[in-house]
Amino acid sequence: MTGPSLMESLFQRSLDDLIKGLRLSPPGVEAAFIAKSVDEIRREIKSTDSQTKATALQKLTYLHSLYGVDMSWAAFPAVELSSSAVHSHKRLAFLSASLSFNPNTTDVILLLTHQLRKDFSSSNPHDVSLALSTLSSISTPDLSRDLTPDLFTLLNSSKNFVKKKAIAAILRVFEQYPEAVRVCFKRIVENLESSDMGVLSAAVGLFSELTVKEPRSYLPLAPEFYKILVDSRNNWVLIKVLKIFAKLAPLEPRLAKRIVEPICEHLRRTGAKSLEFECVNTIVTSLSEYEPAVKLAVMKIQEFLLDNDPNLKYLGLQALAIVAANHSWAVLENKDVVIKSLDDVDVNIKLEALQLVMAMVSEDNVAEICKVLISYALKSDPEFCNEILGSILSTCSRNFYDVIVDFDWYVSLLGEMSRIPHCQKGEEIETQLIDIGMRVKDVRPELVHIARGLLIDPALLGNPFIHKVLSAAAWLSGEYVEFSRNPLELMESLLQPRSCLLPPPIRAVYIQSAFKVLTFCIYSFLSSGDDTSYPSELTDSVLKGDFQESSDTATITPISDTDLDDGLNPRSSHQPTKCVSTGNGEDSVISHEQESSASLKKQQLTQKSVMDLVNLVETNLGPLAGSHEVEIQERASNVLGMIELIKPRIHSSTDESEGDKIKGELRASNMMKLMFDAFSEELGPVSVSAQERVPIPDGLVLKESLSDIEAICDDIKLPISSSFSLVRSFSMTDANTIHERPSKEEYEPSSESTSLLAEHRKRHELYYLPSENKAMISNNYPPAHERKDLAIDEPEDLVKLTKQSLDLRKKRNQAKTRPVVVKLDDGEGAHIAAKKPELNDDLISGAVREVLLGNEAASSSSRSKSSNKASKEREKNELNIDRPSESKMDVTNTVESEVGHGSSRRRKHRIDGKEKKHPSSGKEKKEHDHKDKQKSDHRHGKHKSRQRADGALNVAAQSSVIPDFLL
Amino acid sequence: MGIRFVLMVNKQGQTRLAQYYEYLTLEERRALEGEIVRKCLARNEQQCSFVEHRNYKIVYRRYASLFFLVGVDNEENELAILEFIHLLVETMDRHFGNVCELDIMFHLEKAHFMLEEMVMNGCIVETSKSNILSPIQLMEKAS
Repeated sequence: MTGPSLMESLFQRSLDDLIKGLRLSPPGVEAAFIAKSVDEIRREIKSTDSQTKATALQKLTYLHSLYGVDMSWAAFPAVELSSSAVHSHKRLAFLSASLSFNPNTTDVILLLTHQLRKDFSSSNPHDVSLALSTLSSISTPDLSRDLTPDLFTLLNSSKNFVKKKAIAAILRVFEQYPEAVRVCFKRIVENLESSDMGVLSAAVGLFSELTVKEPRSYLPLAPEFYKILVDSRNNWVLIKVLKIFAKLAPLEPRLAKRIVEPICEHLRRTGAKSLEFECVNTIVTSLSEYEPAVKLAVMKIQEFLLDNDPNLKYLGLQALAIVAANHSWAVLENKDVVIKSLDDVDVNIKLEALQLVMAMVSEDNVAEICKVLISYALKSDPEFCNEILGSILSTCSRNFYDVIVDFDWYVSLLGEMSRIPHCQKGEEIETQLIDIGMRVKDVRPELVHIARGLLIDPALLGNPFIHKVLSAAAWLSGEYVEFSRNPLELMESLLQPRSCLLPPPIRAVYIQSAFKVLTFCIYSFLSSGDDTSYPSELTDSVLKGDFQESSDTATITPISDTDLDDGLNPRSSHQPTKCVSTGNGEDSVISHEQESSASLKKQQLTQKSVMDLVNLVETNLGPLAGSHEVEIQERASNVLGMIELIKPRIHSSTDESEGDKIKGELRASNMMKLMFDAFSEELGPVSVSAQERVPIPDGLVLKESLSDIEAICDDIKLPISSSFSLVRSFSMTDANTIHERPSKEEYEPSSESTSLLAEHRKRHELYYLPSENKAMISNNYPPAHERKDLAIDEPEDLVKLTKQSLDLRKKRNQAKTRPVVVKLDDGEGAHIAAKKPELNDDLISGAVREVLLGNEAASSSSRSKSSNKASKEREKNELNIDRPSESKMDVTNTVESEVGHGSSRRRKHRIDGKEKKHPSSGKEKKEHDHKDKQKSDHRHGKHKSRQRADGALNVAAQSSVIPDFLL
Repeated sequence: MGIRFVLMVNKQGQTRLAQYYEYLTLEERRALEGEIVRKCLARNEQQCSFVEHRNYKIVYRRYASLFFLVGVDNEENELAILEFIHLLVETMDRHFGNVCELDIMFHLEKAHFMLEEMVMNGCIVETSKSNILSPIQLMEKAS
């Protein structure tokens, strides 16, 4: 085994030697040195000499705590040493235990039970205190259970030094063993009136921890806390009491009313910043409906903000953020400081300021604030810049762009944001651009304009974070090409060679958009070339099979003379926003297209320019047909395929004889018409309940084996008629029923053929257009929220429907969050909810209630024994007493139902109490008496419990006896 | 639990004292200390003494070459914790006389004992310097 112990103790290295050795060893060798020392310690710790063992343990504890050396293997030596008669050895052993024992896995902890109990009854208060500290850091449920009776005795210790420690240690014991509450709670409550600062501070500290978890149970103690709040002059204690009241006040309005004045008094009086801050915090979080108090608090916050100390400034901003929720004036008053703080040297302060600035945003100032923020974003570091951009994006898009009135402005802001060099918010900007495109019709011309600007900006291609924005821009310019002032230019920007810098999925979007633009240009060229109606026979001969239906289309589509006349105005002179409002209803888009195409014909779309366009596309996409990227290859091939079909026909319109020309042009025109129709189907956001509107095909049995699911989903389900979808703009007008849809389709001559194409296209795009895809599928997409002023051209129904569906959404949200809400509102919720987080908390508060209520029950039964002395003491607090004790009755109800098995005697008392109370007319007085009883009962209880303390072990074992024991 | 841990770290980022009031494994402690030290030591004098990290608030203060870092709950009063740190430093100062990093290194236990007197279960229980020091003085007298 080991060498003789004498040799060891002589040559053992002390902790000082170890530390010196560590300091001397060069960085690389340190690990080896530690390993060597641990080897030594392993040997030394087995020594029978307690001094050697202690030194070894001391060294190991040092290495464990500062160098992360594992010492779980040394748990037993620590236990051994803890029984040493030498106080310093004991101290060492307990220190190492509290630093290294894991309550969940260190099994030797149980071996400490006896030693701890022995130390608890030691005559040396320092031994007791040491044992208490150790218990508080390593206690396990078993240890807590076994030592509860001893703790109970210590709570009554004549030495305040010991008492204080016992109170502080008991929190951990409660957590581990909630039954302990029944035994010890009363003695702790008594200490709230202690004159010793240490004891009082420990007791208040304990309650402030307990109230955080379940405040309601501690309402009955409000009078005691109130007394401390008014009388104490110790800032540490006051801060803790304020924390307790911050939790209690929201539960009890009358209590809040009562404490406002004392808190304001402290706030005015104190010079200590920490207490000042705590008062402010309590007021802004829990007493925000007391205007004068809030004013005072805001005044203090202002002082904090103007202070040079960054700590106060930070806390001031934080407090202001809390006030802002209910009192926005407070922020506006301090606007300058807040905005200036955006420039602070401390990023934490900047973030707080940013949050506050965003809280100030409203319809009227959003543009101004965003301007300021963007200018800050431009000059700050990348991280904070993106914080700013992120909060602008989230604030502006909140609640379906609630604060945005001028969408043209917002869209251009989005463009501007993408150009900020540090911008990394590409994805969010992408989502919003597309979302706005789909939701807000009137802003589309501006969107296309912005999109083009983004596409041709060479700087953006180099920033990978912005590629997503480019994808959105490309998609927008393809989807809404009819609003473009110059589609040819758009095409050039989509085909620019530098787009090869983009990742393939985004290039695929580019190509698809080019496809749309091309279709649009050729179609408008062809359809404007001749405005005579095409004979339907010819169409039939050209397009057979599936496309037969479309013959009717041809007769409808050619542009009427009036439209053409309108369209003769040069396109460039059009105010984009005006275009839409000229038309009415869903026609507006179509007439607009015609307008623009007509003017385009006039201005640009000569045959030559279209040929140039086709050639441009062909040359640029030709090489891509051989791309290795499936997406790119497929899109490019699609476009090239169409060009192949269409090209000879455009040529033929000049080269060939009159008859052929008409025929060729006609074919081309019809083909393009079909393509164009496919693309002009409008996409919109999808309502959450869209799927329910899909009619169930005949013969399909959906509910076969899923019948029981209905019961579960019952409250989620909505009546079909109340939901609506905006997938097609024309269907919005008669969205009342689904059943009308099929008949509608019949009226719409081209829709069958187009719907085939549309379907195809949809499938395609679902596959590869991520952004659009999101909008189409995601259930989270809310129904379109069109501002009233923007949606005037929509029929009344739509507005109504929109509102209705928004309301529904709200309701549903409530339904989802209900459990949480209920939890806050009534006792029942609290008891259900408390189970969820931590069982122990629930048990603790349950026990607390029982103790406090057991109290009350007894008091009402022992009415006659009231003591005058106590009543005098209480008079001061009379008003508070009134309310808390009443709420105690509420609690009674819940507890009663919870503890149904409680002894019948107890229950009878409770009911007695209730009966006595409720019909009372001189309530005040009775209440008063009642409290006296409680007081007297305190003593009574104490007395009895002392008797019982002798047999304390049984108490722990037989929990059913405990309630009686307390009475 | 108000205070979750108390750390003392020197300018080089080496831990000089670590006291946790909830059980964390060695690896978790290592990781936590590393992250916090990196965050706090990078800050300068003009910046505020509060840093949010994971679900803790870190309140820290620098005295000479030593950083005192206290991790607290979100509920805790930051200014009170700053005062607590100051009290701790003053107490050590009174005991060691002009306390420095080496004092804490060579008397780690005593530093722990002082903390033990001041904080239990994460609650501050004693704020009087002489009360905090009396057990240690008794112990020194005895040995």
